Amino acid sequence: MARGKVILDGARFQLTIERLCRQLIENYGDFADTCLIGIQQNGIPLTDRIAQRLRELIPEVRFNYGKLDVTFYRDDFRHREKSIAGNATVINFLVEDKKVILIDDVLYTGRTIHAAISALQDFGRPAKVELLAMIDRRFNRHLPIQCNYTGMAVDSLDEAYVKVEWKETDGKDCIRLFSKMN
Amino acid sequence: MAQGELSTQHILGTKYLTTEDINLIFETADHFKEVINRPIKKVPSLRDVTIANLFFEDSTRTRISFELAEKRLSADVVNFSASSSSLKKGETLLDTVNNILSMKVDMIVMRHPAPGAPMFLSKHVSARIVNAGDGTHEHPTQALLDAFSIREKLGALRNVKVAIVGDIMHSRVALSNIFCLLKLGAKVKLCGPPTLMPRYIEKLGVTTTHDVREALQWCDVANVLRIQLERQDIKYIPSIREYAQYFGVTRKLVDSLKKPIVIMHPGPINRGVEIESTVADSPDHSIILQQVENGVAIRMAVLYLLADKRS
Repeated sequence: MARGKVILDGARFQLTIERLCRQLIENYGDFADTCLIGIQQNGIPLTDRIAQRLRELIPEVRFNYGKLDVTFYRDDFRHREKSIAGNATVINFLVEDKKVILIDDVLYTGRTIHAAISALQDFGRPAKVELLAMIDRRFNRHLPIQCNYTGMAVDSLDEAYVKVEWKETDGKDCIRLFSKMN
Repeated sequence: MAQGELSTQHILGTKYLTTEDINLIFETADHFKEVINRPIKKVPSLRDVTIANLFFEDSTRTRISFELAEKRLSADVVNFSASSSSLKKGETLLDTVNNILSMKVDMIVMRHPAPGAPMFLSKHVSARIVNAGDGTHEHPTQALLDAFSIREKLGALRNVKVAIVGDIMHSRVALSNIFCLLKLGAKVKLCGPPTLMPRYIEKLGVTTTHDVREALQWCDVANVLRIQLERQDIKYIPSIREYAQYFGVTRKLVDSLKKPIVIMHPGPINRGVEIESTVADSPDHSIILQQVENGVAIRMAVLYLLADKRS
């Protein structure tokens, strides 16, 4: 795959994460009755980073942290060109009456988030669900789903592809835009 | 995202699965095991899939397990049993199945007394077929859940020593287990009376013995099978009592081994014949009920992966 165009990295990348954390603190205060739920697989590094930064900013903060796999809830099962293997769901708490912050790397068509909201219902009835995404590809939506917290909005053609890379797994924190997915 | 697709269109036997297929089924079953332990034990994956359970032979556990697996995947389910069907009126298997398929059924789970019946069907119909036991031939989902239970208990299958004790000749569980375990790198020893041990079975890569103590002393896991009287057309053993005396897995025998051993049984158990109650119910040794729980997760995985398989 071609390397793609870097659209965010370095200090601006860290600043974006910092801004997202501070926005969450502004709205959730001490995070009482709140849970952060990362969507498998690509939402997990961002959720880890946000959880870690929140703990640094407010040492006494307590929130539940879960990982949600939406593979079995997708509406494109048997419609995709290739099959997708499942991932682990780790939610050791009920979301009943909790405030849930769903976290994913890229909000694109909205179908993953739709599946995530369905999956979330199986763990109880949350008091409120909000969505945080590093990238909002706002003109490519298939469903009426919007972000509450956005790292960066990317306006691109449908065939373009945006990838968020992480220091831990890819060697560098950055966001790349590819003109075509191959 | 990781991709996972089976190499096969149907699950006819563990003989026809690759090691990668088996590992993919296990990894998917891990996720489904988490699902069935949630407060709401259901996912919507198969909501547009209709599955027919065709049971031409009696079954309790397998049938309930498949039906639960299907319902927990949100599939639509129709049940059929030979005793209440047109088979009694002389209809052939193919006609019965084609009629059911005309009603837009996507998958078929079939148990049949004739070995090879699911294979025959798979060549003549378009639906996906899952073999839920064909005569004395194979029972792949049972072998998969047995291996999955060993993996869960001992961590891995490679170099694990498994003894299969009982009526090897008439057991589809034994044959499916042999293929599955060998593909996963386990070692297999068969134990049973000489009359119930198929000739040349060693050619599959297993060893045999007629001494149950020797088999138990050797193994890490013992899978104890029932004597299948309903499939025995002649007398293979003098009496059930004599079988129990020579081949029964008793508490005394297990205690005298002085080593940890995992005891499995695919059910139904004939208590006091092939296994003593105190062994079957022993929390230190027996994983019989875990096998039943894992059965639902394994069958969910098999159905899910087959439904997703492209033609």
